[in-house]
Amino acid sequence: MSAAEKKFVYGIFNDDEVVVNAIGTLRSQGLKVKDVISPFPIHGLDHELGLARTRISICAFIYGMTGLSLALLMMYYMNIFDWPMDIGGKPSFAFYKNLPAFIPVTFESTVLCAAHGMVITFLLRSKILPGVEPHIIHPRMADDHFVMAIQVKEDTDLAKVESLVKAAGAVEFKS
Amino acid sequence: MHKESELRPPLILGEKTWHDITEDVCRPVESKANKWWKIAFTVAVAGLLWWIISVSYTLGTGLGVWGLNKTVGWAWDITNFVWWVGIGHAGTLISAILLLFRQKWRLSINRSAEAMTIFAVICAATFILSHMGRPWVGYWPLPLANQFGSLWVNFNSPLVWDVFAISTYFSVSIVFWYTGLIPDFAVIRDRAKTKWSKRIYTILSFGWVGTAKNWQRFEEVSLVLAGLSTPLVLSVHSVVSMDFATSIVPGWHTTIFPPYFVAGAIFSGFAMVQTLLIIVRKVLNLEDYITIYHVDMMNRIILITGSIVGVAYLTEFFIAWYSGVEYEQYAFINRATGPYWWAYWSMMTCNVITPQLFWSSKLRENVFATFIISIFVNIGMWFERFVIIVTSLHRDYVTSSWTMYSPTWVEAGIFIGSIGLFFTCFLLFARVFPVIAMSELKTIVKSSSEGAKKKSNHSNH
Repeated sequence: MSAAEKKFVYGIFNDDEVVVNAIGTLRSQGLKVKDVISPFPIHGLDHELGLARTRISICAFIYGMTGLSLALLMMYYMNIFDWPMDIGGKPSFAFYKNLPAFIPVTFESTVLCAAHGMVITFLLRSKILPGVEPHIIHPRMADDHFVMAIQVKEDTDLAKVESLVKAAGAVEFKS
Repeated sequence: MHKESELRPPLILGEKTWHDITEDVCRPVESKANKWWKIAFTVAVAGLLWWIISVSYTLGTGLGVWGLNKTVGWAWDITNFVWWVGIGHAGTLISAILLLFRQKWRLSINRSAEAMTIFAVICAATFILSHMGRPWVGYWPLPLANQFGSLWVNFNSPLVWDVFAISTYFSVSIVFWYTGLIPDFAVIRDRAKTKWSKRIYTILSFGWVGTAKNWQRFEEVSLVLAGLSTPLVLSVHSVVSMDFATSIVPGWHTTIFPPYFVAGAIFSGFAMVQTLLIIVRKVLNLEDYITIYHVDMMNRIILITGSIVGVAYLTEFFIAWYSGVEYEQYAFINRATGPYWWAYWSMMTCNVITPQLFWSSKLRENVFATFIISIFVNIGMWFERFVIIVTSLHRDYVTSSWTMYSPTWVEAGIFIGSIGLFFTCFLLFARVFPVIAMSELKTIVKSSSEGAKKKSNHSNH
């Protein structure tokens, strides 16, 4: 289904506990609660909405391992394979003998790739990028109001949805 | 929901709502600068100009304009570098390590402490570039193929480790800081009145909308970044210390350096956080958020790390004697009683004695005393690096090379100018960025604020 076909109405709440409790109530009454936009992270909200756990930390691990391998490969190639140097009577002739000296750079490279890779993935995946125009539903939704997005059909009785949402604690209703 | 004992002091004073936090944090960004800010900014920019003049003179004429000589080849440049990098460590400790330990009091101070980290590392980096004398060849420590032959950089060298450590630390700190700023920029964006501020904060906030999935990912990213930054910050100053410890100079060649440098870094960093925040909370009217309790908690960390540093100084001295190495013994006796005795005893007084005053809770909770002691610690930690670097070098193995070092006006200009650079950045930050992590602080309004505690007290009786 494309975005144009989806129609949403919004319940505006002013308390985090009320909005979290309203999800279950409204769902049991047959409404399709799709999302809650909040000014701060609400503990347990993702669980209540039934969101899958984010896999971004798995990405970070993979990026980190990539950084680790690249750093070791680079140092092996430069200092052991391509041009081994003998400085202060400490020759660079074998990778395993030099490994202790290679640990700092390996570690930094791991962290560098894991951190940047993860954040870039987060920004791209969530489509948070410079130049993106935000869809602002309520002027205080980043301040102290909570917006619940409910998916409705063309023929849904909005008056009934409004009364249900308000009964669940919403202070305002937007369609 | 998170419940908290009423015995714990509240982290937000006054009966603040979420909207009050937004108002209080956005006020400095949305209003005109007051007189104090303008005066401070003028002084800072004057310092910055002096920095530009001194650095330009150094680069135009050459390193000969500094007081260095054949024996003392490193002095104020590296002293200042290590001092600034150390200061940076507190920001990461607050935002990363205290996050992993779930210390909620970090929430009022993490944003400005991280900003301090970034500006301090920028100041440190300027010393790396200026002490090269020829910054246009500053790419030499990078692992690049070059036109002079097939030689690569030597990855066994701690100076190369340092290049990787500092650049990783700087870029990861910026990313960590900016990720946290995105939701707060969105708050300012939604409140912006003029067209231009709306446009600027729309770009800065990356079009952020706090959907459940975005927050879920945001929290995971913050947690993993904290997990990555914790060993990172410990590694950075360890690597900085290895610049010295892997050499064979008596006084530098010690295995205690990595933990001792890290403790010293956190010690000096928290002192600088105190110096800055005691002013910021006053000037920006944030006393309800950065409370006496926050000041007290940071003073406790200063006390602990200051004691670790004190023990490290004594251990160094003991090991110099116990090792039986005459050169090492001489280096330490020369530190304490030689021509630079005044630097050594300034260091001992400022770093070992003054923080012990914080055993008194009256002093820990006294803002004025804290400010004075934090200045002492800043000075003491600068002297620590000066003592380590200059006193270990100035008496060479060959007696005929013995010499003294004194800085020229150019070195003094670069150092004081770098403080100007730091404050210019910090003052600009305080005007255009939200200085408190609003969206994170709002999560504890219902559990740790004074209003919440009163309410739960009321319902209990």
